[in-house]
Amino acid sequence: MELRKLTDIEIGTVATIDSFTDEETSILLLEMGCLPGESIEISNIAPLGDPIAIKVSGYKLSLRKKEAATILVR
Amino acid sequence: MNKQFNVALIGNPNTGKSTLFNALTGLNQKIGNFSGVTVERKTGKLELNENLTASLIDLPGTYSLYPRSADEHIALEILNSTKNPDYPNVVVVVVDATNLKRNLLLLTQLIDLQLPVVLALNMMDVAQQSGIEINVPLLAEKLGVPVVAVTARDFQGIPALKEAIVQQFEQPTLPSSTIHIHGYAPEVIDEIKNYFHINNDYAAFELAHHYHELNNLTQEKKDAIEAIGLKYNFNANKTQVAETIDRYNYINEILSDTVRKNKPALEETRSNTLDAILTHRIFGLLIFFVILFGVFQSIFNWSQYPMSVIENVFISIENYLTAILPAGILTNLIIGGILPGMSGVLIFLPQIAVLFLFIAILEDTGYMARVTFMMDRLMKNFGLNGKSVVPLISGIACAVPAIMSARNIENWKDRLITIFVTPFMSCSARLPVYTLLISLVVPNKFVFGFLSLQGLILMAMYLLGFVSALLAGWLLKLFIKTKSKSYFLMELPVYRMPRWSNVGITIFNKARTFVMEAGKVILAVSIILWVLATFGPSKDFDAIETKYAKMSSENTTVELNSSTLESKKKAEKLEASYAGLLGKFIEPAIKPLGYDWKIGIALVTSFAAREVFVGTMSTIYSVQGDGEHLDTVREKMLEARNPETGELTFTFATVMSLMIFYAFAMQCMSTFAVVYRETNGIKWPLIQLFTMTAFAYLAAFAVYQFLS
Repeated sequence: MELRKLTDIEIGTVATIDSFTDEETSILLLEMGCLPGESIEISNIAPLGDPIAIKVSGYKLSLRKKEAATILVR
Repeated sequence: MNKQFNVALIGNPNTGKSTLFNALTGLNQKIGNFSGVTVERKTGKLELNENLTASLIDLPGTYSLYPRSADEHIALEILNSTKNPDYPNVVVVVVDATNLKRNLLLLTQLIDLQLPVVLALNMMDVAQQSGIEINVPLLAEKLGVPVVAVTARDFQGIPALKEAIVQQFEQPTLPSSTIHIHGYAPEVIDEIKNYFHINNDYAAFELAHHYHELNNLTQEKKDAIEAIGLKYNFNANKTQVAETIDRYNYINEILSDTVRKNKPALEETRSNTLDAILTHRIFGLLIFFVILFGVFQSIFNWSQYPMSVIENVFISIENYLTAILPAGILTNLIIGGILPGMSGVLIFLPQIAVLFLFIAILEDTGYMARVTFMMDRLMKNFGLNGKSVVPLISGIACAVPAIMSARNIENWKDRLITIFVTPFMSCSARLPVYTLLISLVVPNKFVFGFLSLQGLILMAMYLLGFVSALLAGWLLKLFIKTKSKSYFLMELPVYRMPRWSNVGITIFNKARTFVMEAGKVILAVSIILWVLATFGPSKDFDAIETKYAKMSSENTTVELNSSTLESKKKAEKLEASYAGLLGKFIEPAIKPLGYDWKIGIALVTSFAAREVFVGTMSTIYSVQGDGEHLDTVREKMLEARNPETGELTFTFATVMSLMIFYAFAMQCMSTFAVVYRETNGIKWPLIQLFTMTAFAYLAAFAVYQFLS
C-alpha cells in the first residue's frame, strides 16, 4: 500500500504509522507514543483549521498540521 | 530514632500527580524555588510510619528524561547528580492506569538509572470503569519493581504505597536494565564511565546527551564530554530514536499479557462527544467566549465585596493606630508608608483568587487544554503559542503569576514573547486608575438603555490591552531569532470533574505567590515613596511649617477649620518634597502629553505600581483621609485649573492621554523583578521597560496632540 501524509487522510479513518520525514520532529513524536506500526486516527480539527487532534497509543494528542505532515501512514 | 530521607514524585502531566502529592502530604506543603532557577519547588512532609518521615518533593510533570521546557529540565538536573540536595532515595513514578503505554516510558528510564522506584498506578477506579483489567502482581513481577494501585482522589491505596516506599528505602530492589543501552554508543559510554568513575551505562548515556544543559557540571567536565562525543561521532538524535523505539518495544512486551481492555472506554466516548461540541467550529469558539465573559464578569462582581471589606479593615487599623500611637516620624511611616503598602497588595487578593478559581477549574477538567488547542492557530500569527492563552488570561488579574505560568511553554522564543507581551494585558492595578479617569470625562449614561457608557469605555481599555499584546508579539516575532523550531505537541486529557481540593490548593498557592513576589516589592517601594513624598530640602519645609504655625495661631475662630488647614499644609509639603521636585523636574518632558507637575508626581510615584496614582492624586488635591473617597478626589480634580492660564487641568485630551499612558507603560516593579528572574538576566526586563514606556510616551503624545 502506498504511503500518505497523515494530513491527507480523512477524519475517522484508521491508518498505521509507517515512518517520519523529519528527524527532529520524529523524536518528539516517538516520545509521545507515535511509533511505527501503531494505529493512528484523526479525531478532530481545531475551529481555525489547525492544529489537529489525533488518537494514538490509547490517548488523544494535538499537534500542528506542520508536524502531522511529517508522519507517513499506510 | 527518626530517619530523614528524600522521596521524589515524578510522572507525566495529567496523571493526577498533584492529587497524589496532596493526598500524601495534606496541607503540610512548602512552596519555594529550585536554587538558581525559578521553577516552583513543592515539598511536603511524608509520614511513613512512627519511625520514618520523608521529605516528599513534587517534580514537574515530564514525559521523559529528555526535557523540553524549563519545568521538565528540573527532573533531569536532580536525578543526574547524587550531590543534589533533592536527590531522592526513592522515586515514586505516578502513571495514569488508563494510559499505561506512554506513561511507562519514563519509568523504564528511571529503572535504567538504577534508582529505587515504586510504580503508583493512579486512577484505578477510572480504569476499572473503563473495562481495563490490569494484572498488578504480574506487572510487578515482570517489571521487577513494587507496583501499587491507588486512587488518589479518595485516598485508596495510600497505606500500601507508603509501605512500598519504606521497603524500597530499606531494601531496594533494583532490576537490571530494561534495554541494551551500551550498544547505542559503546565507546562514548565507556569513556564517560571511566572519566566520571561511574558504572551505569544509562547515566553515562544521559550525560552524553545533556551535558551542555546540566548546571551541576563544571565547564571542564562539559568540554571533556563534548570531546568524547566528537571523537566517536556521537549522534544524539539517532541514538535517542533508537532508545525510544526499544523502550516502547519493551513496554509492549510487558503490557502484552498484563493489561486487557474489554470494552471501549466509557469516559473516552463521553470525552469524544464533549470534544465534538466544545471544539466545534462555531459552538466551540462561542462557548469559549461565553466562558471568558463569565470569568471576566465574576472577577469584578465577586471580588467587589471582599475588596471593600479589606479596605475597611485597613481604614479601621489606620484609625486605631493613629489614635494610640504617639505622633512622630515612626508613626507617620507606619500610617503613611507601610499600611498603604500592605493594603495596596492585599486589595488585589480577591480578584486573583477568583481568577485562579476559574483557571484551576478549567485546567482540572481538561477544558483549558482545549482552549489551548483552539487558540493555537490565532496565537501562532503573533509569535505566540496556544499555551500563551493561560498567561494572557491570568494577566487580567496580575502579570506576576501570569508570567510565571508561561514556564510550561517549551519553545524559548514563544515563551519569551509571551513574557514580554503579558504586561500589556489590563491588570487589576490599572482598574482603579481607569475608573477614576473615566469618571472624570465620560458621563454616567447608558446607551440603548442598558449598556453603561463608562463600562463600555472600560471594556475598550481591556480590549486595547489585548490587541496591543498581540501586536507587540507580532513585532517581536520579526526581531527575535532562534534556532529552535516552534512546535505544538500537547496531550488532550479525558474530561473529568474538577477535584475541589486541588482547586483550593491552587488558589491558595497562587495567592501566596502573589503576596510573596509582588507584595515585598510593592511594600518596599511604598516605603521609598513615602520617604520621597515626606522629606524635602529642609529650608523649604521649615518655611511651610512656620507659615502654617502662624496661620493657625491667627486663625482660631474663623471659617478655616484646622483639618482643612492641615490638608493644605500637606499638599504644600508634597509640592516642596523630593517627589514634588521630581515632578517639576520632569514637567518639561511631560508637557507635550498634557500633564502638569502634579500629574508628574503621580507618574513618578506610580512608576513602581500603577494603583499608587489614585492615592497620590488624593494627596495632591489635599483630600482628607485617603484614596478611598473617590468622589472627593474626583470633584477636586474636576475643579483643578492651571494657576497661570486658568484652564482646566483635566481636559478630555489630558485624561485620554493619561489612560493611554497607563495602558502601555511598564509601571510595575514586581513585573520587572519577575521578568528578570524568569529570563535569567537584566537584558529583557530593561528592553521591556524601555520599549513599553517609550511607546506609552509616544502614544500618549499622539493622543493628546490629536485631541487638543
